[in-house]
Amino acid sequence: MSEPILSIRGLTKTYRGGTRALDNVDLDIRPGEIFALLGPNGAGKTTLIGAVCGLVRPTDGTITAFGHDLARDWRSARARIGLVPQELATDMFETVQRAVAYSQGLFGKVHDPARIEDILRSLSLWDKRDAQIRALSGGMKRRVLIAKALAHDPELLFLDEPTAGVDVELRKDMWQQIAALKERGVTIILTTHYIEEAEEMADRVGIIQGGRIRMVDEKRAMMERLGTTEAVIDLAEPLGQLPSTIAAFPVELGEGRAKLIYRGGNGQGGGRAQVAQLAQALTREGIAFTSLDIHDSSLEDIFVGLLGDQAEAA
Amino acid sequence: MHFNPRSAYAIYRREMARAFRTAFQSILSPVLTTSLYFVVFGSVIGARMEPVGGVPYGAFIIPGLLMLTLLGETTSNASFGIYMPRSTGTIYELLSAPVGVAETLAGFVGAAATKGLILAAIILGTARLFVDYEIAYPLLAAFYIMLVAASFALFGFILGIWADSFEKLGIIPMLILTPLTFLGGTFYSIRDLPAPWDAVALANPIAFLVSGLRYSFYGVSDVPIALSLGLTLGFLTACVVVIAAIFHTGWRLRE
Repeated sequence: MSEPILSIRGLTKTYRGGTRALDNVDLDIRPGEIFALLGPNGAGKTTLIGAVCGLVRPTDGTITAFGHDLARDWRSARARIGLVPQELATDMFETVQRAVAYSQGLFGKVHDPARIEDILRSLSLWDKRDAQIRALSGGMKRRVLIAKALAHDPELLFLDEPTAGVDVELRKDMWQQIAALKERGVTIILTTHYIEEAEEMADRVGIIQGGRIRMVDEKRAMMERLGTTEAVIDLAEPLGQLPSTIAAFPVELGEGRAKLIYRGGNGQGGGRAQVAQLAQALTREGIAFTSLDIHDSSLEDIFVGLLGDQAEAA
Repeated sequence: MHFNPRSAYAIYRREMARAFRTAFQSILSPVLTTSLYFVVFGSVIGARMEPVGGVPYGAFIIPGLLMLTLLGETTSNASFGIYMPRSTGTIYELLSAPVGVAETLAGFVGAAATKGLILAAIILGTARLFVDYEIAYPLLAAFYIMLVAASFALFGFILGIWADSFEKLGIIPMLILTPLTFLGGTFYSIRDLPAPWDAVALANPIAFLVSGLRYSFYGVSDVPIALSLGLTLGFLTACVVVIAAIFHTGWRLRE
């Protein structure tokens, strides 16, 4: 496996006042992947990004990016990292083109109008290049921030809640932009509240809560490992007792014994196959049913369940 | 030490663009204020005043008035330049960029100093409309104006990092710099003050700045020019040391 592009070890951040935003975080990011960092509000996502990007001073731990220790050789590393912040923070009186040119210069790049045009066109901002940023819609402002972050062609890009407050259409458009960046070889770390977003785009998912990384895994592996299938079968008549052939399945009776509820599977499609077998077994036993509703657990179900378990354990 | 000129130039260019965007506030407003001073003190009252140290009164007050505007505007400009990004959150970009204290200062302070020089040139041009004057040592005057502008731009930068509200941002220029400049020999020679006020007046560091600039204009001063230059250079060095410490510790910049 290739060397991680970013390696975090024992990262801890305690703010003045004693709040521990990050608690001994270890994390490796692989080159070229999209890594989604999920967690509730105040979990430490933005602090983690801030520590890597130079906005937050870590209390303890080491961060290595591109093989450079960020504490010592921060210039070389930062020149290759881009950040799109959560807040729409930019000089609102500046024009789009000048704002992007500023970012390009700030990161030490030669002024390259052709590259700026490419970036603005790819984000559908070229027509707005001479507009003041304050005159743009919220979604366009966010694209300007992305354009600014791309102006120095970063190899590692942080997107902190890239689609917060963005309508559904624009969000899907943004997903396409992010996928295009990945195609170009950019490694992307994104935080999001929309778990659907992580499910759609991420190669790997990390779950952070209370400043600690609770789990890091391939998205598919996580869904296979923790995923389940739930099926609700409406019976034509209430059932007194489950025949042994039916009771052999992970089922229970519900709602006046007129519903048969199946919870099982492994997130690899095994659950659906087993539900089909269950339906056949019901038919063999002469148990009639009127409808069958199958639902595979989403990343969101896994996320909510995992955080719930952690909260209970705490 | 690392220094990326492109990063410094990007900051400088942006700051200059900001000044031209707010040209009325940055340039026209101080020019108007200074013109009023020249009309009232230079032409109207000055015509009835005795020359000071052989210099006609209208011309005598030019260095002091120039210093008054230069200190106020340069300090405010530099403090605003760094306070606004802190306040609006746009400082994230500066902090996440491969930019150190040298590029940041060259950009922000260089722009504030340039604005100071432009302002000084405009004020001197405006003064010419009201009073006649000759500058005895033009190169020294230009150097001294640049030195003072750079020093107070650095001071303003510290102020902009220290301030956590607009009110605090205005306190130092309004409540300290302006009164000290008025009392620092802008409108009179400190040597003409009765004892012990002449000695007390020299406790005001701005008096050394006004005196230094006046020497470069007319060859007359309340304190030796070397002392004025030394004090200004010392102040500039102290500001650089403080800013280097701020960047090193991340005080009020990084959480």
